[in-house]
Amino acid sequence: MMFTGLCAVFRREFMSYFATPLAYVFIVIFLAFAGIFTFYVGGFFERGQADLAPFFSFLPWLYLILTPAVAMRLWAEERKSGSIELLLTLPISTTAAVVGKFLAAWAFTGIALMLTAPLWITVNLLGDPDNGVIAAGYVAGFIMAGAYLAIGACLSALTRNQVIAFVLTVMVAFLFTMSGLPVVLNFFSSWAPALVVEEIASFSFLTHFNAISKGVIDLRDLVFFVGMMAVWLFANVIVVDAKRDGA
Amino acid sequence: MQPLLEARALVKDFAHIRAVDGVSFSVEPGAVMGFLGPNGAGKSTTMKMLTGFLRPTAGEAFIAGHSVEGAPIAAKRRLGYLPEGAPAYGDMTPLTFLAFTARARGLADVAGAVRRAVAATHLWSVAEQPIDTLSKGFKRRVGLAQAILHDPDVLVLDEPTDGLDPNQKHEVRSLIRDMAAAKAIIISTHILEEVDAVCSRAVIIDRGRIVADGTPASLRARSRYHNAVAVTVAANDAAAARAAITDVDDVVEVEVAESGAAAVITALAKDGRPIIGALTGRLEDKGIRMMEIAVDPGRLDDVFRTLTTSEAGSDATQEAA
Repeated sequence: MMFTGLCAVFRREFMSYFATPLAYVFIVIFLAFAGIFTFYVGGFFERGQADLAPFFSFLPWLYLILTPAVAMRLWAEERKSGSIELLLTLPISTTAAVVGKFLAAWAFTGIALMLTAPLWITVNLLGDPDNGVIAAGYVAGFIMAGAYLAIGACLSALTRNQVIAFVLTVMVAFLFTMSGLPVVLNFFSSWAPALVVEEIASFSFLTHFNAISKGVIDLRDLVFFVGMMAVWLFANVIVVDAKRDGA
Repeated sequence: MQPLLEARALVKDFAHIRAVDGVSFSVEPGAVMGFLGPNGAGKSTTMKMLTGFLRPTAGEAFIAGHSVEGAPIAAKRRLGYLPEGAPAYGDMTPLTFLAFTARARGLADVAGAVRRAVAATHLWSVAEQPIDTLSKGFKRRVGLAQAILHDPDVLVLDEPTDGLDPNQKHEVRSLIRDMAAAKAIIISTHILEEVDAVCSRAVIIDRGRIVADGTPASLRARSRYHNAVAVTVAANDAAAARAAITDVDDVVEVEVAESGAAAVITALAKDGRPIIGALTGRLEDKGIRMMEIAVDPGRLDDVFRTLTTSEAGSDATQEAA
């Protein structure tokens, strides 16, 4: 029963991306920027190396802005239109609704990511890249997108305003992306114990993503992203449930 | 009979406001309960607690014996709910939307259930248009179709006929009456004629509390117009008729309304006692010709106003003091 409800929510949510121009706008922008970053900013041809390193080094920043746009509507829109009242009075657990919605958003970004395959084909035509490293990069990109989306889904449940959901998500996602970089760590290192600073640094999306996308699939990096998703989705369930007290 | 729907001392607080204050009732199979009250009285909030959308501050709701908070999935499986304003997913069509609900409910025959619900609510003509583009009446019917899709034992309908034209209202009411036999149904409304049209029982709520609960007839009997007699006489007989009626036993008040050549004289009965016999006897004795005569069963709007404004008045005086 949990599964039927989850599937129904997933299917509805997934189709709804394509019912509006959102899906197409997102995909076009995502692919355009992926191309610009890889070929112009990343100097794909000038580097003379057959790999997708330029693409993957910009992917976190692209996701930072674009995944919140995919996630912002998940709950805020339901609350705004009142349809959340229908959803939550169906015989579906809150967990099934939360997971169904999240998976739909994740599958959608997965499709957008797959559409960058021509880049992969291009490097194979031009040279002889290490396809294992590239595959690892795609895996890393996909699960990192899931972590961003889980943050976005949870924050979307806090408000009925999609713009607020978007801005909040970009902010939080930015902190998580940057937490391994000096700009954030310097702020803490002056006063916090080294252990805390290390702890903060270990929450960096960038650090974990770069580790996997270099072709080193370390279980700890995978666990980090999967754990991120689990924690934020759990928080999402709590937020949706807490809202039943009325606000 | 085991009630299909039960509210036990439901209370709901929002910040500093108590929206619902100890509401209890139960609805048996076959009953259609009209839930009345002024705007903001707590009707919708009560319904949101019955259906498990809002968590009660205190008290409990039961659907077909299942606690809505304790066993939400089992309870919701037996429930059909039309929320206030009939929300839906605007980018879907009635067909895809109903198919989603059927799937989410785990129905075995999705296509069949959708077909029956669309037929019952006459949605075929718009079945493939986005719900966003539909008129208010059609949107309401989509909401209704979603609520009856799985043939639930309990139906909670928040203003099911709001925004419908008279023909559509009639259709929806017939639909509710047809389904009533084996279900427990609650409809909230502020259209009092609806209570007569479909309800076997009416509960009036004001400021979060139940102020009346009974059959429409018994509520009407509480009206000051209950058993009042309206006699139409020629205008030039009006004064004589009024004088004749005033001292009839149990007549407490006489109202006269003249319109052209005729006058309608309304005699209000003390405590709703029958006065028609004595009154017509008196007029015949006096030789006053009656053109038309009617006994008022009582007026629901009159009862509604008396019950739902008195408390507000007393509160206002308390605040002023």
